[in-house]
Amino acid sequence: MEVALALIVGLLVACSIYLMLSRNVLRFIFGLVLLSNSANLTIFTAGRLTRAEPPLVPSGLPFPTELVANALPQALILTAIVIGFGLFAFSLSLVFRAYRELGTLDSDAMRLAEPRPGGEAETEGRDAEQPEAPRSAAS
Amino acid sequence: MSWLLVAPIMLPIIVAILVFLVREKGGWGRWLSVVGCVLHLAVSIALLLEVWKQGVIAAQMGGWPAPFGITLVADLFGAVMVLIAAITGLAVAVYALADIDRRRELLGYHALFQCLLTGVCGAFLTGDLFNLYVWFEVMVIASFGLLVLGGDKEQLDGGVKYVTLNLISTVLFLAAIGMLYGVTGTLNMADLHTAVGEVENQGVVVMIAVLFMIAFGIKSAVFPLFFWLPAAYHTPPVAVSAVFAGLLTKVGVYALIRVFTLIFTQDVDYTHGILLAVAAFTMLTGVLGAAAQTEFRKILSFHIISQIGYMVLGLALYTPLALIGAVFYLVHHIIVKANLFLVSGVARRMTGSESLSLSGGLYAASPLLAILFFIPAFSLAGFPPLSGFWAKYLLVKASLDVGHYVIAAVALVTGILTVFSMTKIWAAVFWKPHPETNGSGLVRLPRQEWLSLVLPIGFLAGLTLIIGFFPEPFYVFAERAANQLLDPSAYVAAVTGADS
Repeated sequence: MEVALALIVGLLVACSIYLMLSRNVLRFIFGLVLLSNSANLTIFTAGRLTRAEPPLVPSGLPFPTELVANALPQALILTAIVIGFGLFAFSLSLVFRAYRELGTLDSDAMRLAEPRPGGEAETEGRDAEQPEAPRSAAS
Repeated sequence: MSWLLVAPIMLPIIVAILVFLVREKGGWGRWLSVVGCVLHLAVSIALLLEVWKQGVIAAQMGGWPAPFGITLVADLFGAVMVLIAAITGLAVAVYALADIDRRRELLGYHALFQCLLTGVCGAFLTGDLFNLYVWFEVMVIASFGLLVLGGDKEQLDGGVKYVTLNLISTVLFLAAIGMLYGVTGTLNMADLHTAVGEVENQGVVVMIAVLFMIAFGIKSAVFPLFFWLPAAYHTPPVAVSAVFAGLLTKVGVYALIRVFTLIFTQDVDYTHGILLAVAAFTMLTGVLGAAAQTEFRKILSFHIISQIGYMVLGLALYTPLALIGAVFYLVHHIIVKANLFLVSGVARRMTGSESLSLSGGLYAASPLLAILFFIPAFSLAGFPPLSGFWAKYLLVKASLDVGHYVIAAVALVTGILTVFSMTKIWAAVFWKPHPETNGSGLVRLPRQEWLSLVLPIGFLAGLTLIIGFFPEPFYVFAERAANQLLDPSAYVAAVTGADS
């Protein structure tokens, strides 16, 4: 079982790296989601896979009688999933907002903050005098 | 005294909630933020005094004993980092009174700022690796919000790069934690100190150590993982980038120092050998990158990178003197770097531009500001008798003591090139007359705005001078902190043996 999970983790990491090598920021974000899921699976596998009872103490006893599963990795993963979900939601809305403002998803074309020396910034609207939109940032 | 350990974390989060609730009520939020920072400074001083008197103190959250529950620990290194974070926080909160516009206040600048302080202090005080991950996340999420708050195009552009690269670091950190748990069965850092040595397959431990090194390396912006930093740090308002410059990368360095003195000390030749090479390249690439830049904050951003190299150097040499140097350097650097960013903000307000060629004439307009720039700038470069000189002196001496002549030479060359960059800023922004090309010329700031911008700068510059002229007590302090790092038995005893 560990071997199967290890292979799955490896496959997920390979897919996510392939996606993250893309210049398209959206693909990059999807790759990141896969990567964070494979990290969660890594914790799960590293925490030992055992066939055991749920870690519940029977009523009236001070400790469980049977061999119980280790609950800690699952607690860690649960925390990581929540955090990962929040970060994914944030980065997705950030990328969407960046797409609307900068007009591109190509990370090579996003040169507004670091324009090439002497060259024109490639994203459009560099000098356009637009009023600052009072929309809320994705925060 | 467990409340002293909890207070630096709880206080900012409470203030964050309060300022968020009153954000629509005129100026209440910003003053509440300043008051919160003053209180935060007070409890941080109290914490440091307590640690100085009693040695390492620990508290078990929820009363669960050490390896099972979450532990908060403060040794001297952690406590002084909390204090410096509080000092930087106060300076930036006062600066933000004038620097942050109403729009960003309504979007929740002050609340995010306090959340950032929460995450930073939590990371400095936790004694549990997974808990460290959670504090990193608190800090990182708050910093994402601050960075893109307001949604200017350049902010979004920098934000995309900052967010994506930091998320990779986060995932690597998480995976490393999972594997470390797999081989040792514990995540309490004091417990790991002994548990890691008992692992049979030490090769796996080294592999995990390198994974941690990469994760923290991205956070602390070392060579070759620093590209997110110069892409993002010059885009948000100065009150944001100053606190980033002062604190964020330094949390990464703190984590590196903590993990590579407390947990991964089995194969020092290999792990710290990598760090040594990384330190040399970080110093050089950072300072050369800075030499190529022509904007105030971009130059400063690259200098953050080169300065990180010095701190990593102190860790990599792993001798008592080198660690003293690293602790001294961290303290000095946070004050100086945040201060330089604050000065750059005033300069932009007065000259109307961050570009070196479009600004100028500040020395004639305000000699006070020029002196207040001069102090941190030349302290950064390492001029005696300013604080940076002592920090660099310790590190160079430490590397000469163990025969690393090349790295000592790199450190000195980096110092010289830093002088070059600082002179460039001095000549262009302060000395040469203002080119009237952008129409407006120099702006005189209204009195109140001037006060809230320059007071924190003066405060931080004063601290730099104090460290510079009276380095002795700071050295003694850094020595004790470094000894605690090198011999973590007191740390381990406080965590595993103490009851709350």
